[in-house]
Amino acid sequence: MATPVAIHAHAAPQGFVRKYIFSLDHKVIGIQYFFLALTAVWVGMFLSLLMRIHLYWPNAVLPLVGEIKPETYLSLLTMHGTIMVFFVLTTAPQGGFGNYFLPIQIGAPDMAFPVLNMLSFWTTFVAFVTILAAFFVTGGAPLHGWTGYAPLSALPSAGPGEQLGADLWITSIAIFCVASLMGALNFITTTLDLRAKGMTLMRMPLTVWSWFITAILGLLAFGVLLSAGILLLMDRNLGTSFYVPLVVVNGQIMGHKGGSPLLWQHLFWFFGHPEVYIAILPGMGVTSQVLSTFSRKPIFGYKAMVYAMLAIGFFGFMVWGHHMFMSGMSPYSAFAFSILTMCIGVPSAIKTFNWLGTMWKGHIRFQTPMLYAIGFVSLFVSGGLSGPFLAQPVLDIQLHDTYFVVGHFHLIMGVAAIFGMFAATYYWFPKMFGRMMNETWGRVHFFITLAGTYAIFMPMHYLGIAGGTRRYSQYTEVAYLQKLMPIHQFMTYAAIITIAAQFIFVINLFWSMFKGPKASDNPWEGTTLEWTTATPPPHDNFGGRTPVVNHGPYEYGVPGAPRDYVMQTDPATTAAH
Amino acid sequence: MALALMVLIWVITLTSTYFFVAKTWWLPVGAAEAAHFIDGQLALTFVLMGIVFLAAQLSLGYIVWRYQQKPSSPPVLYSHGNTKLEIIWTVLTTILFVGLNLMGGPVWASQRWDAAGAGAVQVEVTGMQFAWYFRYPGPDGKYGATSPKLMDPSAGGEAAVGLNTSDPAAKDDVVTGTMYLPVDREVDVSLRAVDVIHAFFVPSLRFKQDAVPGLNIHMHFKPTAIGEYEIACAELCGLGHYKMHGMVHVVSQEDFDKWLAAREAEKQ
Repeated sequence: MATPVAIHAHAAPQGFVRKYIFSLDHKVIGIQYFFLALTAVWVGMFLSLLMRIHLYWPNAVLPLVGEIKPETYLSLLTMHGTIMVFFVLTTAPQGGFGNYFLPIQIGAPDMAFPVLNMLSFWTTFVAFVTILAAFFVTGGAPLHGWTGYAPLSALPSAGPGEQLGADLWITSIAIFCVASLMGALNFITTTLDLRAKGMTLMRMPLTVWSWFITAILGLLAFGVLLSAGILLLMDRNLGTSFYVPLVVVNGQIMGHKGGSPLLWQHLFWFFGHPEVYIAILPGMGVTSQVLSTFSRKPIFGYKAMVYAMLAIGFFGFMVWGHHMFMSGMSPYSAFAFSILTMCIGVPSAIKTFNWLGTMWKGHIRFQTPMLYAIGFVSLFVSGGLSGPFLAQPVLDIQLHDTYFVVGHFHLIMGVAAIFGMFAATYYWFPKMFGRMMNETWGRVHFFITLAGTYAIFMPMHYLGIAGGTRRYSQYTEVAYLQKLMPIHQFMTYAAIITIAAQFIFVINLFWSMFKGPKASDNPWEGTTLEWTTATPPPHDNFGGRTPVVNHGPYEYGVPGAPRDYVMQTDPATTAAH
Repeated sequence: MALALMVLIWVITLTSTYFFVAKTWWLPVGAAEAAHFIDGQLALTFVLMGIVFLAAQLSLGYIVWRYQQKPSSPPVLYSHGNTKLEIIWTVLTTILFVGLNLMGGPVWASQRWDAAGAGAVQVEVTGMQFAWYFRYPGPDGKYGATSPKLMDPSAGGEAAVGLNTSDPAAKDDVVTGTMYLPVDREVDVSLRAVDVIHAFFVPSLRFKQDAVPGLNIHMHFKPTAIGEYEIACAELCGLGHYKMHGMVHVVSQEDFDKWLAAREAEKQ
């Protein structure tokens, strides 16, 4: 294995701008991504709060925001979905924690391409500013949902927000795709080329595996979305007809003909399904890492975990059609997509089994990162088990486009992934900022958040079974929907409480950054390489040393070892593996 | 801590399960032939997934409580896993998931692969922002021509779907804003959309299908109970999506014939 360290090493930067703004250091860039995602998640969460309030009190006039009209509601859900999926779920786990810890965990001094890394962050930043701009242009933000189905998204006259707002929305996504492609290349190259001596693929922490596989998915998926977005921009602005057949909007014949609305859906979901795994795989990695560390036990079935993630990545590209059972796509292909979708449930089940196996007969320590990892497993089970319902085309006849789907993907892709991020934050905060977060408030935050998110998203399943359609700005116009209002009202209360509890997290975060007790180099008694270096790590990560790896990543409770853990860099004679 | 976490996980699990078992909110009563199978398949899936859900969550809660670190804890089990258990678990989940899926195949096939029978009632459903229109071909059994140039949504009815009244086949076409169907007869719906994608969703009839501009999608179903059923649009179609509502009246064959004859008479 080559270690072309010297080529990539760059001197520690001088001056505020080079050090903190246009930094080449993967650790600074990781923190930049983290704060970008933290900003985005507050924007996204605020939008969801407005939606929940509107669903309960459709006619309320809110201070600052004013009245929420039906089209405003649709803009809120569009922007909520887009901001959360791209700028939170894709940005924090991979761009944030991946950037910071992938090089350290494989024993590299930095990413393979530091300039590309900086460029990918700032490109993401431009994409974020672009999408926020959509709120402030004439007509406001688009109302076509985060999935942007054509022709609605392709016709400026199809509704308010479909003018400049929609152009900014697509442009932002296209820019984001470019940034993600750059990031993906960097992650893949770094993992393949910059591993320290002894860091074989099968000694990589599962976090590294998850970031590596996520990067491969990103490389294959974002290119497709980028092309799809460019075609949509052309349909909107250059008079092409990729997605739009001859249509009549409000009595006016549009100048398109021959396009296929289903083409957009195929291209979008060819990206959109792998995107789900892009959001959740890093969470799986962190959960595995934390469960093993805080159970003081090796991960159960390390190889099975790696193969399961590879299988999830592989099948992830063959199941996009399960979003389209009701779309008018061939019912024959629905059958194939549905079988393949069921297959992807198998590696997911293996992972759950192995997480339980990891804790079994361990010594569980209940610090906040562990609480979140346990929460992740619970949410992953709950969100995952509604998958086999939606994977059956016959059941989709009833469940497609209802709140059952909203509950499903929020639990698994939203909340579980966010629990992964919380676990990662509480776990790595000491290494990143050199101080410990407050445990008591971390626990309070965990218990309210776990109960609260279940209270918001579990009732959505009942709503969906009863026929509760999604993306309805109010439930007042359809008689059977009016009867479902009590569920909405309950969810609104739960959302207000859960959102309020997130203040505990940010206050803890910022307070601990400056006032928390100083962290030691290895506060959790971990085994992987980030715990072998200083806290916070020096510019080149290991202070001029090049780590040599002698052990697998999760050697806890090794019989005969002097401590209850063997670090990856401990001498080879210490114990097995 | 461990106890609190176990209790919380168990409470969440059992509360969630309660509402599924009690069916506090559930499917509307089925009024179509497919309802029997779809409801059964949904219930079966609930039972199977429910068992996995309870087993996984309850054991998660138990494990975190049972194996909390105490001074008296025995040494941890130093194990990297168990290949035999992994294989058994993998095979079991594969059989469960794929088997469940295959069971749904025949009904999906009969609904969506096969064409409607010869005696089916013909209805064309057209979605537009934000209304549904229903067209019956009349005694000649043929739909008249429509043209985008003639579409005038503000006028409603025939003009909204752009019916070309100079076409002889269009003379007896009936266009309405409410859907009437005879009970116990197969319905061959032909779904169209003029502007953006809409979805024709009738929860009580266990029917949903997107109406897509540029496509004419044929589907069939059979209502089995007289009654009035609500249509809710199930694909985001613009600011009026939430009020793109309609009604299906399922009536006896006799009432259906009378209703259609009255509409024909109005046209003359």
